[in-house]
Amino acid sequence: MCKNPYIPHTATVEDTWFETGGERCIKTFKVVFDDEKVRDQWSHLPGQCAMIGVLGVGESMISISCSPTEGQFLRFSVMRMGKVTQALHELEPGDKMMVRGPYGNNFPVDEWQGKKILTIGGGIGQAPLRPIVEYVRANQDQYEGLTMIYGARTSNDLCFKGEFEEMSKCDDLSCHLTIDVEEEDWQHNVGFVPQMLLDLDPSPENTIAITCGPPIMIRFVLENLKKLGFEDEQIYTTLENRMKCGIGKCGRCNAENMYVCKDGPVFNYSVLKEIPEAFA
Amino acid sequence: MSAMLLNKEKWPEFVGKLTGKNVWAPQSDGTEMRFAPVGENEKVVLDYNNTRVPPKGALFPQTETMFKFEIGSDKVEEPPLDQEVVVLGLRPCDARAMTIVDKLFKWDIDDPYFVKRQEKTTLVGLACNEPGLNCFCTSVGGGPAATEGLDVIMADLGENYFVEALTDKGKALLDETRDLLEDADDDAQKQKEKLSGEAEDKIKRSVETEGVPEGLPGLWDDPLWPRVSASCLGCGTCTYLCPTCHCFDIQDETEGIDARRCRMWDSCMFSEYTLHTSGHNPRPTRKERTRNRINHKYSYYVDKFDVIACVGCGRCTNLCPVNIDIIEILRQVKEAL
Ligand SMILES: Cc1cc2nc3c(=O)[nH]c(=O)nc-3n(C[C@H](O)[C@H](O)[C@H](O)COP(=O)(O)OP(=O)(O)OC[C@H]3O[C@@H](n4cnc5c(N)ncnc54)[C@H](O)[C@@H]3O)c2cc1C
Ligand code: SF4
Ligand code: SF4
Ligand code: FES
Repeated sequence: MCKNPYIPHTATVEDTWFETGGERCIKTFKVVFDDEKVRDQWSHLPGQCAMIGVLGVGESMISISCSPTEGQFLRFSVMRMGKVTQALHELEPGDKMMVRGPYGNNFPVDEWQGKKILTIGGGIGQAPLRPIVEYVRANQDQYEGLTMIYGARTSNDLCFKGEFEEMSKCDDLSCHLTIDVEEEDWQHNVGFVPQMLLDLDPSPENTIAITCGPPIMIRFVLENLKKLGFEDEQIYTTLENRMKCGIGKCGRCNAENMYVCKDGPVFNYSVLKEIPEAFA
Repeated sequence: MSAMLLNKEKWPEFVGKLTGKNVWAPQSDGTEMRFAPVGENEKVVLDYNNTRVPPKGALFPQTETMFKFEIGSDKVEEPPLDQEVVVLGLRPCDARAMTIVDKLFKWDIDDPYFVKRQEKTTLVGLACNEPGLNCFCTSVGGGPAATEGLDVIMADLGENYFVEALTDKGKALLDETRDLLEDADDDAQKQKEKLSGEAEDKIKRSVETEGVPEGLPGLWDDPLWPRVSASCLGCGTCTYLCPTCHCFDIQDETEGIDARRCRMWDSCMFSEYTLHTSGHNPRPTRKERTRNRINHKYSYYVDKFDVIACVGCGRCTNLCPVNIDIIEILRQVKEAL
């Protein structure tokens, strides 16, 4: 009998910081597994998730927001929404977090070699996209460059702000930030993400576009990608259905005949557009 | 494997012989029949139609502890699940249902609780001589004397039970009780076959499944969904008591420093089932939830596991408080195709 997949591993929180403020603030955790064996055996790719939690409170499915190229640790950026995410937010460096996974499929980053990568994110949706950015950055010679479009309501709602400046120094990387409404001292674009995409007018040629964010943003981004001439096969996104087990048993996460925890969360648009429930 | 007979007078002795194991059998609690562990002096009755609550709990309990822990510690303790269990008298449809959920519980990653319980469980079924009003097992791949999923099949021949081992586990069980059994002759075999043929003829309800798995998703926006779900109360009875429904919730329970993580049956007919914390709900009304229930059983499951996730036991129809009838829904589906 193999190990019980429902039993989480213990990890220690090494570092935490707030990405955003407010009631639904986002806190990032950098964690390391206590057991060296677990550390060595763990392998994930951009797009995968983990069930993280606190014993006695529960678990939540959260995107792994770091690339394996960054080192033997995991990062999670968690928005404070309810019971479990509140308990997670109370964790400070030195505290224990329970982690099981990795779950779900991944962005096919290896298939994308030799292509241009375009990520289009909104709000907390940048969490699953960040690993792609980091992965491409670590393997720059294998990709034809990366364009990142990222927006949020206000500058305070942008995640990973500290990282963008260094990023824009890379040759093959362009980073475009936008916020919904004008702010003092804001050096970047003002306007919605889908509009910024149209304004930038990226060529679909040899390009893969990946979009994650609020459903309404995704809907308009998909529309605009089509306007720009992207084929369905060139577009990827992720679904975020409610989950309990993460391993295709509890039945909770289905979008029609897909179990998002196993067949997703990453979907090619050519598959997704055949599933009306995915956009419900 | 060879067929045997068990004289009904020896039935209590037969049950008694198995007491080293945990025996589950249908018992009356005064108002209804339920599968429950058999204690001393308890009477196991087999002549009833079927239990309201299916025996799926033998492999997938209504609530089960996944592991225990103490608050503040990260040491967890798994339940041993090493008890041998014999389920006596389950109906062929309910046994078949276990083979259907088996596919999901072993899909890619084994569910350790289900698998461990299954390894330790021997299923002794009883063929139906008198199918219920809303049974339609014969439409979905089963039958009143079907043996799929069983270790032993029994049939009520009047004075005797016909008893036949179907697996090694079943054979071992009959070996333990060998001194109570006698060899069945050809007549007994013939009588059993005659009864099961008659039982099949007594099944009055049926569904047409041809073209349904492929066609159902295409009926996404069909007006049949608001129509068939209009009176649904969202009570979840149809799914809770369905032998092939396998959805569960996971919750932590604490009492002082003692705590456990457990899982419990859940239902896709509840509005909270798909509700996100943000307030967004991909299946906001009964229409979407009913559509998912039917699609899950008759299309998605077929797509993934090559079998319809309904064994035609009729419970959802019998027990729905507002008489929503899966057979009628499927008739309308077929008509709309
Ligand atoms: C594939 C995937 C990736 C995700 N990645 C992230 C991420 O990187 N960062 C982040 O902040 N959030 C992410 N989420 C959402 C996150 O899982 C929920 O916000 C969280 O579970 C809410 O739990 P809670 O206990 O705080 O809220 P409560 O309302 O107390 O939760 C009750 C239960 O509802 C479920 N639930 C409620 N909303 C959701 C939801 N939107 N998605 C899944 N389950 C939900 C959970 O099972 C939870 O246990 C992701 C969800 C999925 C499915
Ligand atoms: S769907 Fe209804 S008839 Fe089919 S197995 Fe479940 S309860 Fe029985
Ligand atoms: S048993 Fe009937 S009323 Fe209750 S959820 Fe099912 S269909 Fe609706
Ligand atoms: S989360 Fe349990 S089946 Fe997908």
